[in-house]
Amino acid sequence: MRHEKMDPSCGEAVLDIAGLNVRARSGNHWHPIVSDVSLTLRRGEILGLVGESGSGKTTIGLASLGFARTGCAFAGGEVRFKGQDLLRMAPAARRALRGDRIAYVAQSAAISFNPARTLMEQVIESVVDRGTKSRAEARADARALFRLLHLPDPDRIGDRYPHELSGGQLQRVMAAMAMLPRPDLVIFDEPTTALDVTTQVEVLSVVRELVARFGTAAIYISHDLAVVAQLAHRIMVLRHGRLVEEGETRKMLAEPQEPYTRSLWAIRTFAKDSLPASDVLLEVNGVSASYGSLKALDNVSLTLQRGRTVAVVGESGSGKSTLARVVTGLLRANGGEIRFSGETLAASAKSRTKLQLQRLQIIHQSADASLNPLHKVREVIGRPLEFFFGLTGAQRERRIVEILEQVELGAEHLDRLPSEMSGGQKQRVCIGRALAAEPALMICDEATSALDQLVQEGILKLLTRLQQEQQISYLFITHDIATVRAIADRIVVMHRGRVVQEGPKDEVLAPPYPPYTKLLLSSVPEMDPDWLDRLLASRKQAVSDKAVS
Amino acid sequence: MSRPMQFDRVPLSARIGMAIILAYVAAALFGPFLAPYGQTEVAGDQWTPLFWSQPGSDGDVFFLLGTDHLGRDLLTRLLYGARNSIGIALVTTLLAFAAGVGIGLLAATKQGVVDQIASRSIDVLMAFPSLIFALMILAVLGSSIPVLIVVIALLNMASVFRITRALAMDLEAQDFVDVAKLRGESALWIMRRELLPNAMVPLAAEFGLRFCFVLLFIASLSFIGLGIQPPMADWGSMVRENASAISFGVFTPLIPAAAIAGLTIGVNLVIDWLTNSRSVGNEA
Repeated sequence: MRHEKMDPSCGEAVLDIAGLNVRARSGNHWHPIVSDVSLTLRRGEILGLVGESGSGKTTIGLASLGFARTGCAFAGGEVRFKGQDLLRMAPAARRALRGDRIAYVAQSAAISFNPARTLMEQVIESVVDRGTKSRAEARADARALFRLLHLPDPDRIGDRYPHELSGGQLQRVMAAMAMLPRPDLVIFDEPTTALDVTTQVEVLSVVRELVARFGTAAIYISHDLAVVAQLAHRIMVLRHGRLVEEGETRKMLAEPQEPYTRSLWAIRTFAKDSLPASDVLLEVNGVSASYGSLKALDNVSLTLQRGRTVAVVGESGSGKSTLARVVTGLLRANGGEIRFSGETLAASAKSRTKLQLQRLQIIHQSADASLNPLHKVREVIGRPLEFFFGLTGAQRERRIVEILEQVELGAEHLDRLPSEMSGGQKQRVCIGRALAAEPALMICDEATSALDQLVQEGILKLLTRLQQEQQISYLFITHDIATVRAIADRIVVMHRGRVVQEGPKDEVLAPPYPPYTKLLLSSVPEMDPDWLDRLLASRKQAVSDKAVS
Repeated sequence: MSRPMQFDRVPLSARIGMAIILAYVAAALFGPFLAPYGQTEVAGDQWTPLFWSQPGSDGDVFFLLGTDHLGRDLLTRLLYGARNSIGIALVTTLLAFAAGVGIGLLAATKQGVVDQIASRSIDVLMAFPSLIFALMILAVLGSSIPVLIVVIALLNMASVFRITRALAMDLEAQDFVDVAKLRGESALWIMRRELLPNAMVPLAAEFGLRFCFVLLFIASLSFIGLGIQPPMADWGSMVRENASAISFGVFTPLIPAAAIAGLTIGVNLVIDWLTNSRSVGNEA
């Protein structure tokens, strides 16, 4: 059955934001984070808010609840919910609307639930407390919603605790909680960002179904345009707290007007050509590893050639990050062998030689966590120079600036602290720190996953250039297929600690696919508003085919 | 810490706290020069009220804060007591921190056997009620100032260790520590450069609290007669010596008690500001 995107343009306006300004305080002065944004949302309509981090999309989402985060304040404009201005309403009246007429679904369901109470208690709590429904009614309704959301065992799942469900299931329970009072407006704030692509698909289809069924108005916030394109009737593109472009989804995808919008569309066009084979640098032979009794790696083998990139793909829990920990020697393998430049590496980093440590560097997903917040750039990049090569004084200083230039930063960053740089700049500093050691192999553990799309592309280009100039090999661990397309020479697909497929990029990314690779690849959203419909239809078809045969 | 300190951005409460601490430090440093009488000099009648003057051997004598149970000037005793109480509490707290932070960081960095030995030994130490433990040791070794310092430092070291270890364990799990380990840095370097600076703010807050606890602990030991020995002045023993005055409606014992309370409040005002300003600074 095809999902009909009905035309909601004639419905009653649920939310009407006019000239909204929000400002944030840093130190003693205020600066604007949302400037003069207006929008109208009608019953049954989904509005997609798209933008990079810092574009103000979450701030606008929260403003729709009449809420400003700590350190932020409204500085003008109106937020009219069914005619009433939320910003000028008595706090008690506003609170009565929240969680009843206006609901909010947060990014991480896993941390939004109280781990000590069952799901049902939490789902029905606000409805029962407000006296909208009796406990029995609320329970019955919640079960009906669980069924509607395709949750397994809908009659009993409410008696379970949050840790007993997967991330995608929790996100759906949270959607049920939001829908229970039949709100007029729901705000979905990146509800699928923390999920794997395979789980994302189920949540997306469910969100769309709910909104259509109850005629709710919804705001869907995401940095991923392809995701928003599947749901939204209209899309607003935001940047630096201002509206860049607004339009009907299909029209906007077909003919974006603003250069910035076009750059968002064009982002994933970067791809390097696969390089020919070269000599082997890293060999992982039948490596197994476990956390306690939990087996995380099961007989994993791969080879990586000098100056080439192997991408390791898989969803979370597939063991791909564990592989990085084993290769670096942070986690001991239970079996198998790792050979690097022809030598067998000791299982623990402590027993490896200084040269081996120097030649093998790692770049983490979160630049925030991998930079000491109190160390300036000079120290971050200078320390490996001093430690490995004994550089000091002016010599060291010269080399630091040289490295900063290689990662497209400059001497003006020398005295910056991590908190004084953007996410992309921080990741560049991390790359610079790894470069300082003059490595043969860099392990990039989701090195671009936490970054905005434009910034990601810059980092991928940088890594590719460095590879050409310095013959560095990358073991690139990621869940993002677009990144793999851009950077890999060979691909290793992992699932539940095993390698399910391995080969050159062009072979792995072309049919015929093994079943898991197919699922993974088909779940990556495409920049096409009909992608989700087609995917769901083809999966349904596959299931009924199976039932017939 | 690159952010310059700007005094005009210090909140009023912290300024009051700083002023209080400065006053106490001045009293501790210059007390003996400011004191109108000798530490042990019996200068007037027993338990005179505030602003009391009475005829002495050569002219009238005046007692701003009255006199104690032996007729010694209370202001003089308070000024001498500042040096003893604050000095001993400070040395003790510093000693407790040097040991607790050092062992705590080591346990978090080395983990495994080192951590087990350190943690279990500290558990044993913590299993004793601290007052009973102090009483026992002081009864065996006798109450001298060095013994007092070492015993109280040892008792406080246990909780400093606990906090440091917990903080360092969290930091130790961060990627930047992994990076340092993968570079082959020594445990000492990781402790000093990666862990300690990031644990500084909560440790400074703990230092302020600990200092107050130690001050009160010495006061209570002195109160039961095992702390600083007479005739040396100390705020805790001054409360005890004059305690019975309460039943005569004389509030002399409340003055040294107020001295203890005042310092505690001053230190905490500054510590509150330090912790708050740092956490806000990290957000920006």
